[in-house]
Amino acid sequence: MQIEVKNAPSPPLPRCRGRGSRFGPSLLFAKRRSLASPLPRSGGGTGRGLLVAALLATAIAPAHAYKAYVSNEKGNSITVLDTEKLEATATVKVGRRPRGIALNKDGSELYICAGDDDAIQVLDTKTLKITGKLPSGPDPELLALSPDGDVIYVSNENDNLVTLIDVKKKEMIGDIPVGVEPEGMAISPDGKLLVNTSETTNMAHLIDTQSKEIVANILVDGRPRFAEFKRDGSELWVSSEVGGTVAIIDPAKRVLKQKISFDIPAMSKEAIQPIGISFTRDGKRAFVALGPANRVAVIDAETKKVEKYLLVGQRVWHLAFTPDEKYLLTANGVSNDVSVIDVASLKVVKSIPVGAFPWGVVVAPQ
Amino acid sequence: MKRLVAAFWLLAALPAASEPLMTKVGMLREQHSQETLSILDLPAPDDALAGALLGAADNNTTGKFTNQRFETVDESVDDSADVGAAVDALLDKGVSLIIADLSADRLLAASDRAKARGALLFNISAPDERLREADCRANVIHVAPTRSMLADGLAQYLIWKQWRRWLLIKGSHPKDELLAQAFRNSAKKFGAKIVEERIYEDTGGGRRSDSGSVQTQRQIPVLTQNAPAYDVLVAADETEVFGGYLPYRTWDARPVAGSGGLMPASWDASHEQWGARQLQNRFTQTFRRLMNARDNAAWVAMRMVGEATTRTGSNDPEKLRLYLLGNDFSIAAFKGVRLTLRTWNQQLRQPILLSDRRMIVSVSPQEGFLHQTSELDTLGVDQPESKCKLK
Repeated sequence: MQIEVKNAPSPPLPRCRGRGSRFGPSLLFAKRRSLASPLPRSGGGTGRGLLVAALLATAIAPAHAYKAYVSNEKGNSITVLDTEKLEATATVKVGRRPRGIALNKDGSELYICAGDDDAIQVLDTKTLKITGKLPSGPDPELLALSPDGDVIYVSNENDNLVTLIDVKKKEMIGDIPVGVEPEGMAISPDGKLLVNTSETTNMAHLIDTQSKEIVANILVDGRPRFAEFKRDGSELWVSSEVGGTVAIIDPAKRVLKQKISFDIPAMSKEAIQPIGISFTRDGKRAFVALGPANRVAVIDAETKKVEKYLLVGQRVWHLAFTPDEKYLLTANGVSNDVSVIDVASLKVVKSIPVGAFPWGVVVAPQ
Repeated sequence: MKRLVAAFWLLAALPAASEPLMTKVGMLREQHSQETLSILDLPAPDDALAGALLGAADNNTTGKFTNQRFETVDESVDDSADVGAAVDALLDKGVSLIIADLSADRLLAASDRAKARGALLFNISAPDERLREADCRANVIHVAPTRSMLADGLAQYLIWKQWRRWLLIKGSHPKDELLAQAFRNSAKKFGAKIVEERIYEDTGGGRRSDSGSVQTQRQIPVLTQNAPAYDVLVAADETEVFGGYLPYRTWDARPVAGSGGLMPASWDASHEQWGARQLQNRFTQTFRRLMNARDNAAWVAMRMVGEATTRTGSNDPEKLRLYLLGNDFSIAAFKGVRLTLRTWNQQLRQPILLSDRRMIVSVSPQEGFLHQTSELDTLGVDQPESKCKLK
């Protein structure tokens, strides 16, 4: 018999505990602490010196106050965070099942995929009022904005289409048939190449934004969820939730270059599910959210080696840097919070409670 | 218009207008009993077939990009039909991959006939342990979970709930005893105690009547009274004679699980997590009914065929089998984790849903049940205990 029953007879039922009001956060906290944080896999020695320096730097440098927006999938709300105080400043009721969110260029408007309302809502970030909606087709989940801010590309999971929306005219201007259950959306920095991932077809579809035609279909591992270009456009990374890998694609040659896989001690392969990806501006480092593994992988984006796993909240989904790259924020669905990673020291410095089932996170440019 | 655009784009995207790789997948199915306790469970004429058709449609969407086509060939067998002849009929139509919705003996007969002609079968409904153990066959891949996987999935949750004392009531048919044995094994494996076993004798007769609940309300308290102290009643009634009658009618106010109340299953129409809602939507919109576990298993089987064909560029059954058993294979099936095959008996590893048929109450494996290779292998007979020798 190979089965080991550990902790099994311990359903943590709220009613069994005292101090009911503190139950939620304290349980989660205790649980997170009980999981051993794995050691960095390489570079431990040099890292320590850097770490001290980084801590000194964080102590001196004043933090800029940016506004971050978090979509709460089950809360039907957007939480606004102040990145200097590291706390929530407002909660805005929005449409049903908000998931993908994106800011326009100057940060004045937030576009929200309200999946169960079959629309993209527009939130005025000054007044925090919904000012209108864009026609998105059914069940929009993720969107990408063209670099000039004129066109939104949105994935419609239910009918295997990518829909194009003219932001100013608030009109649909076309659609592109893709694979089964389109999800991840990204646009190259020069705006010429759009990528969509289809979850059941398991492909990254590369689309020419001029001709609106697919120019390449690249097979990746199971259930590709998210795509992100490096800022210089040299690489496209695609995360496969069920396959457990990140595919690195050469967008110029349109070929798969390599795959990154993850190995966390004492954690089953199935629990490691890469989702959100963020690159530092210099393209040297990548952060990948690992979903129910409750960790963010820190990857050397040049050697593609995983440097470290950072323990964050539960079911970590999407990520966003503050514009100064001081902090990386992570939306943690199951623990209803946002973890704040100090990028210089690679430490999780705070968790901020937000609404129910946080999914997406973006930070305003100023 | 949309179709026209798609067609144009398809032509434009393909490197050369070569003939697509055509894969014909047989759907070999026997009729399921209309004697269900709930009319909600009456099998539709396209039971299981609908799942295969949807899987083929999904494969074909991908096939547009890979120049592959998938087609479902339906072959029904009634109670008296020779299943070997039905296999031959499918193979004669160019099928070499067969999704089988058959009971255990017929599945083995189909496997024997298919072996001679090199075809591969996907078992989507027979839960019998012996098909993965003493009677395991190299040309059968098991998509449906076994009784032991279902029982273990339920048992882990009952243990998590600290409901360790079980009153086991089983039906009087051989299938019911097989399920009861699975529950006994689960109890032993995870530390539950069966305080007493009772049998519900099937005295024949139908399930439908205009005032049946009046009698049932009187019978079930009698069946369940004077039991030793217990936490949960576990019903082993695969034949569907009484399991659904138990909830809310027991002598003692106790929850019911197993073949009534909280039921373990590979799929349920109420499952919507991990993107499952998209599959449920596609199914309901296409077939105007809800997706049951057989429909879902047929969809998964067809997707396994699609995935293996896409990745290998081949539809040769032996090549596909080797790919499915290899390290590169995994399939996303809306269960929150990747599904893979147990190489020693070709059983699909999968989480087990626990539902009251309106909501998913929980999904096993439960937290804390650990395993050195895959937590999914805490469900069902594990490799060291397996008696399977594939041939």
